[in-house]
Amino acid sequence: MTLPEPYRLAAFVLGALAFVGLNAAYLVWVERKGAARFQRRPGPTEVGPEGLLQPIADAIKLLSKQVIVPPGADALLFRLAPAVVMAPALMTFAVLPFGAHLTARPMSVGLLLAVAFGSINVMAILLGGWASRNKYAIISAARVVSQNVAYEIPLLLVVITLLMITGTLDLSEIVRQQAGGFWRWNVFKLWVNPLMPVTFVIFFICLLAETNRAPFDMAEAESELVAGAFTEYAGMGFGVFFMAEYANIVVGCALATALFLGGWQSPFGIGSGVGWFLLKLYLLIFTVVWIRWTFPRTQFYGLLNLSWKILIPISLGTLGLTSVLLKFIRP
Amino acid sequence: MIPRNADEPTLLAGLSTGDVTPEAPPAGPPPPTGPGYEVRPRARAPLPGDADEWLEVSVGPHHPSTHGVFRMDVVLEGERVRRLKPVFGYLHRNHEKLAEQTSYLGSIPYTDRLDYFCSLTNNWAYVLTVEKLAGIPVPERAEYLRVITAELTRILNHLCLIGFLTHDMGTMGTPLMYAFREREKVLDLFEALTGARMMCNYFRFGGCRCDLPPGWVEGVQRFVEGLPRFLDEFEALLSTNEILLARTVGIGVLPPALAVNAGITGPMLRASGVNYDVRKVDRYGIYDRFRFRVPLGEHGDTYDRYMVRLLEIRESREILLQALRDLPPGPVLNPQAKQRGLRPRPGEAYGRIEAPKGELGFYLISDGGPNPYRYRVRPPSLINLTILEDLCLGHTLADAVVILGSVDIVMGEVDR
Repeated sequence: MTLPEPYRLAAFVLGALAFVGLNAAYLVWVERKGAARFQRRPGPTEVGPEGLLQPIADAIKLLSKQVIVPPGADALLFRLAPAVVMAPALMTFAVLPFGAHLTARPMSVGLLLAVAFGSINVMAILLGGWASRNKYAIISAARVVSQNVAYEIPLLLVVITLLMITGTLDLSEIVRQQAGGFWRWNVFKLWVNPLMPVTFVIFFICLLAETNRAPFDMAEAESELVAGAFTEYAGMGFGVFFMAEYANIVVGCALATALFLGGWQSPFGIGSGVGWFLLKLYLLIFTVVWIRWTFPRTQFYGLLNLSWKILIPISLGTLGLTSVLLKFIRP
Repeated sequence: MIPRNADEPTLLAGLSTGDVTPEAPPAGPPPPTGPGYEVRPRARAPLPGDADEWLEVSVGPHHPSTHGVFRMDVVLEGERVRRLKPVFGYLHRNHEKLAEQTSYLGSIPYTDRLDYFCSLTNNWAYVLTVEKLAGIPVPERAEYLRVITAELTRILNHLCLIGFLTHDMGTMGTPLMYAFREREKVLDLFEALTGARMMCNYFRFGGCRCDLPPGWVEGVQRFVEGLPRFLDEFEALLSTNEILLARTVGIGVLPPALAVNAGITGPMLRASGVNYDVRKVDRYGIYDRFRFRVPLGEHGDTYDRYMVRLLEIRESREILLQALRDLPPGPVLNPQAKQRGLRPRPGEAYGRIEAPKGELGFYLISDGGPNPYRYRVRPPSLINLTILEDLCLGHTLADAVVILGSVDIVMGEVDR
């Protein structure tokens, strides 16, 4: 699989864009159908069979709407924010290991890149909220920043724990180390650290917070802040934010899959491939949807308390435990 | 067109600055400070020095969780509510004046539109007042039908309230849809009985409009039997949910003294621990025949208000079971009662019932004419809403939304 560089780049850009676009569109459909099932109603049924063309109709509607910049808003930042939220999500797709040979750009610092780009979307929401000249949006911007302080630290502590176990930042290499049955996946590596499932849970909670999903969707908080930072966005400005939310979910769940659930590795040791990766990815995404439609929203004080009083001590503890175990138990 | 210039006093201004010079406030004794008076903070206290940093947000009148066209002028310090001014009147429809222009009978459909979730209890309060005014007795069976429909209305209202409350907490409507599924069953029953799902217009002076359709009692039986299963499921899912507890326990505490002084009624008052239920106090209709308990809260916070409603649903179910068991045969409408062209003797009457949201009262003055001389509604939603600032001060904006949800308002009744 060695294509010349320009072709490779083009293939990557097209592939990532198509994957993100289709995922964003059809995750909306999945979310709406799933939510409807949780709530005992049919969900979209009108456009296409089982409402399958609904995302297309929504996209056409959003595309055909004018992007209105509210008077008094900072027009440049207001227009820039959707791009800032979308670009890092797309960039991260460069390092996601979908299969043994299906990575756009295998990088030795892939994990670092993913984590670094993952935290940019906070800035985009801050920009959008600040530039909108809307009080709800400003509150939302303030919330998203303080939220960021809360979840980034335990997230990174967990990632460091994992790094000590794997000894590499290369995502493909991390997945390769988990080959051979589900007991070899990082989440079940109890002999390395008996608290590995806990670290996975912490990672997942932080992922929910990072993607602004319920129960940590304080930035969007429909019942308090109307739509938070997105209140003033119309048409595709809102559409891009919306797509980026789903792109971020895909990225986050893909990272969780690669780091903890063995990526493309089959749980039985044989027949590994892209299918397993996608299966695990979509199971995680379904869990995210599931949580959104069943839990009330916390307050961001709640998230700060959760983070500083529970998540950070536990993740520090696992970090310490892992280093001790690595030093003394394993040669 | 009246030309208007700056020095010409306007009509309104003339009232205060015309011939009469405004009087200085009488230098009498200071305002009374009895028990509870000091509980209420001064409404428009001056802002402190660092108020430049405060943010004033006008939440509403079109906002996802202000339950209609309600507006809260909120002053925030960070996320903390420092001032909150409830603003209402956007849905004012001249209900009382309309009722004074129309016949006694013609007002019944208008009362449906007060609290549009509970049209039957609205009917009852109005009809009860007119019956008091004109001295109309009600047949036995009609009293039972009134109790049954009113308790079904209470169940429906409380279910919706809990649904909306959790929706305000951000459950995105899942408990709401579960509650609405039960509400659908009640609405189907109402439709079978009255022909309308929400605007029932069912009660008449001296009874009810029509008798039960065949199979209706069995329908209510089925609903009542299925209710505990639903409630248990609902409680298992919500009542001990960690996030729900964090969002409701200790939030929006209403002290009993303030509740009594502000005239709060209904589940909100009982959540503060005050044992006051018009069904027990007045024993209007035939409520003295039923055994039921009045659930009381202990702390008066949002969680107690949520829990009191859940418990009241169970008590309403008890009443329903007894009423269905004892339902006697007989006429449902007093044949002597005059519906059209009712002209009560001059006099006045105040009738009140325990509506799902609180004490719903009607005050009527008759001058012997075909329409009331004065018609006044005592809406529980409005009066329960007046202390919103006291509940919300010091809490976050997100809490304010949840507290508003726990007050249980319907703007049709607040603004009338």
